[in-house]
Amino acid sequence: MTKLEMDLLELLQEDCRLPLEKLAVMAGTTMEEAAAAIDSLEKRRVILRYAPTINWDLTDRERVEAMIEVRVTPQRDMGFDAVAKRIYRFEEVRSVFLMSGNYDLLVLVEAPTLKQLALFVSQKLSTLEMVTGTATSFVLKRYKEEGVIFDDGQSDRRLVVSP
Amino acid sequence: MNYEKMINPVVRSVPPSGIRRFFDIASTMKDAISLGVGEPDFVTPYHIRDAAVNAIIDGETQYTPNRGLPELRREISWYLEHRFGTPYNPDTEIVVTVGASEAIDITLRALVAPGDEVLIPDPSYVSYSPSVLFAGGVPVPVRTREETGFQMEADAVRAAITSRTKCMILPYPNNPTGGIMDRRGLEALAEIVKEKEIMVISDEIYGELVYGGRQHESFAAVPGMWDYTITLNGFSKAFAMTGWRVGYACGPKEVMDMINKIHQYVIMCAPRMSQKAAIDALRTGREKDYEDIRRMRDSYDRRRRLLVEGFNQMGLHCFEPLGAFYVFPSIRTTGLSSEEFCEKLLQSKHIATVPGNAFGESGEGHIRCSYATGIDQLNQALEGIRAFLDTL
Repeated sequence: MTKLEMDLLELLQEDCRLPLEKLAVMAGTTMEEAAAAIDSLEKRRVILRYAPTINWDLTDRERVEAMIEVRVTPQRDMGFDAVAKRIYRFEEVRSVFLMSGNYDLLVLVEAPTLKQLALFVSQKLSTLEMVTGTATSFVLKRYKEEGVIFDDGQSDRRLVVSP
Repeated sequence: MNYEKMINPVVRSVPPSGIRRFFDIASTMKDAISLGVGEPDFVTPYHIRDAAVNAIIDGETQYTPNRGLPELRREISWYLEHRFGTPYNPDTEIVVTVGASEAIDITLRALVAPGDEVLIPDPSYVSYSPSVLFAGGVPVPVRTREETGFQMEADAVRAAITSRTKCMILPYPNNPTGGIMDRRGLEALAEIVKEKEIMVISDEIYGELVYGGRQHESFAAVPGMWDYTITLNGFSKAFAMTGWRVGYACGPKEVMDMINKIHQYVIMCAPRMSQKAAIDALRTGREKDYEDIRRMRDSYDRRRRLLVEGFNQMGLHCFEPLGAFYVFPSIRTTGLSSEEFCEKLLQSKHIATVPGNAFGESGEGHIRCSYATGIDQLNQALEGIRAFLDTL
């Protein structure tokens, strides 16, 4: 990873709507080089997508989220990857992590209603043959995500002009 | 009561800061975008705040030794030696102060006798000249020029020296110009310092904020110059700790004893909890190889490029600053004075900048813009200034 690539990643993570011209200026390079670097980052799947961080709680959309600790039996030759793949393909699943500790996979699930989420766990997830146990915890409130504090309300406290 | 008679005429003669007026106007505007802020837009890193909270809970509420907590002085000593190559004995050569501001004041008071002259690059930070006057000295502005990177030039210094010259303030990286001193420039000054036997007050508060692959050059690290130098620094800029008010002065024991004498009588000590926070800042910095500072500097550097390019593109020639977090574009082509430009810009577009002449006469024809502000706001400000130029 080059310094230019790291600079571009940090800039895009802060605001992925920055025009190429400004990105190039701030990274200290030409538009052509910046475009080529971003292209390469996309091709190598370092950049996966350009998406905003949304506080859904402020919208009308109803949804229920849960974190599910899943115990599984790893499969020969495939380890946990095959199980993870079976799980992350469900559209209700937002994220899947392989964990150290008391359980194996942490699965973040989202559904429009509690009922649908419960059905997902009982009918789809628990019934997978390699899943040996689940523990579901519902998300009550989001405080911080991707480094962004949701309910910060912190304004710039600096003096508006100072020496 | 005729207070006029009561007030010290020296204090009365010092004009209020030229920044004040812009502060007053901008403060009334709810939607103002400010490029006039002289402090980082980062909040103090959380681990430092946490350390201070714990210090308060643990009852760290007393005075400290006058020179500062021994552990803090040891950390400062390590930091200066390893970051800038300037060794100071923590027991005898370092005094922790209430911000670098106090360090400026008490260093000047320790050195300057009535009538002594102090060379100050012009333009530079607003408080040097008043501090010299309050100490009974005579400030002597030394004009710096854009063509030579706003460095303190040896020829200009030589021309300004008289038999009364006591010391020279060397504030680099510079506020407001963003200029830095290169090694050759420092060596040229060193020759004069040695020949004329004057002291140097090297204010290196922006020392961590140097860009373009350059390294900060500390004046005390120039061969032979340690003995002539009082190095001032602090936590405000490098660790985003402006409100904590912790700085320090370092130099030869004989001078530091005198600086400490003033400090102990007028201040006693810097706040203990702030000192505990400062210890955490330096210790964590050392353990993490100053990763937080690097990230902060990288972030400033990107915004620096954005503003320099932005001003140059709109036809306001902008010198490339290699330090601090200010750009200092020339507004001469508009035919307006610095104050007129800033006032009209503020009134019509609600964008606050600071007129260059607030930092000395040589700043006329320039404005100071801080890029310690979000990228979004910087872009909005650039668009606003461009639109403002079209109306002229």
